[in-house]
Amino acid sequence: MAEYHLTTPLRDAEVEMLRAGDVALLTGVIYTGRDAAHKRLVEALDAGRELPFPPKGAVIYYVGPSPARPGYPIGAAGPTTSYRMDSYAPRLLAEGVKGMIGKGMRAPEVKAAMIARKAVYFGATGGAGALLGLRIKEARIVAYEDLGPEAVRELVVVAFPVLVINDCLGGDLYATPDLEAALG
Amino acid sequence: MRTIPRETVVDAVAALCVDANRFLPADVLASFARAQAAETLPAAREIFSQLTQNAALAAETGLPLCQDCGLGVFFVEVGEDVRLADGSLREAINAGMVKGYREGFLRKSTCDPFSRKNVGDNSPAVVHFDLVPGDTLKICMMAKGGGSENMSRVTMLAPAQGWKGIRECVIRRVAESGSNPCPPVLVGVGIGGNFELAAINSKKALLRAVDDVHPDPEVAAMEADLFASINRLGIGPMGLGGRTTCLGVKVRVAPCHLASLPLAINIQCHSARHKEVTL
Repeated sequence: MAEYHLTTPLRDAEVEMLRAGDVALLTGVIYTGRDAAHKRLVEALDAGRELPFPPKGAVIYYVGPSPARPGYPIGAAGPTTSYRMDSYAPRLLAEGVKGMIGKGMRAPEVKAAMIARKAVYFGATGGAGALLGLRIKEARIVAYEDLGPEAVRELVVVAFPVLVINDCLGGDLYATPDLEAALG
Repeated sequence: MRTIPRETVVDAVAALCVDANRFLPADVLASFARAQAAETLPAAREIFSQLTQNAALAAETGLPLCQDCGLGVFFVEVGEDVRLADGSLREAINAGMVKGYREGFLRKSTCDPFSRKNVGDNSPAVVHFDLVPGDTLKICMMAKGGGSENMSRVTMLAPAQGWKGIRECVIRRVAESGSNPCPPVLVGVGIGGNFELAAINSKKALLRAVDDVHPDPEVAAMEADLFASINRLGIGPMGLGGRTTCLGVKVRVAPCHLASLPLAINIQCHSARHKEVTL
């Protein structure tokens, strides 16, 4: 398992070298988006409008941060569970999005789309909201302000720690539960 | 009849919300250390190290432990000889929760179920009252996040399925949840009662300390069996594999209808945030 320092936006060559189990430290701009925002992003595409951020090489972080305390750019900011974005993700990958950050398992359609579009799914540590929030140096809302914690934000991150869960070759890091051993 | 000023309740509840979201209970932190020592996989050890660091950073900076500050869930034991000086107790608890979430910079997560429009102040608080003897008011606050709550289930088994059926259901539910609810999890199990009582009991069970042993040896044995069995699933911290899929299993049993065997499984993420006060 390798450790990579990656700068966003991600390029195909970078995505292709990543394997499930690798550690990556992300630096640069990433965009937030979760349930309600994803619905609107896909509605925008369906209506022929542009996305509120440049999709080529973009990394989307599934997060709804807590409000920023005075003196901090953002509050706690750990990942939310990714499966709720599964029905929207392939559409965004088709627009050139290269990375997703969340936690938990992805649907087969999303894994297939990651292989087809050369994209990667990163896991961040769920519940480590304070630790991850402190790796975010700047934050500003770029769309859907009315959604509150679910608004799309542009984040500037430095050495943001993630783990490759699904790579673009079909590799999957998640352990398959051993039901036989448990039920025994 | 003892009376308690409304503001006492409002301020106490606000402080509970802020503290529960900022300081991980000592028993939960201790369970991380025990689990980390038992893990051999580097990824599993790394997760515990991040969670321990996270707890220290939250306490130091005042940032919440997790961005999902949850719905405010309250279990309130109201003494029969105590009353609020003015207004309703439910309203005072809700007002305290709103104050705490606002002043503590906690995320407000309640929304309309259809339009998904955020209510904006995390209200309404989810409050469960129990009337008990005495003249005190005990308020337990639980910050319950959506990711783990979504993995929870209530199911009505046939009486013939018995313990074997219960055991299999609980283990399968944790297996199906996989990495989604932020493992290692705590598993609250409500057995018996009826449809809604089983659900409430499964969540109430999670108020016990991680290392607490049930006073009834039979129930303690069930908890120990489920704990060991679930950890054989090998899901591990954040689903990356390892020995720690759950930190503890807490069971609460109630008598039920002779035709029924209600079972509720409430999954709690590793950030098991709760705090209580007695007024």
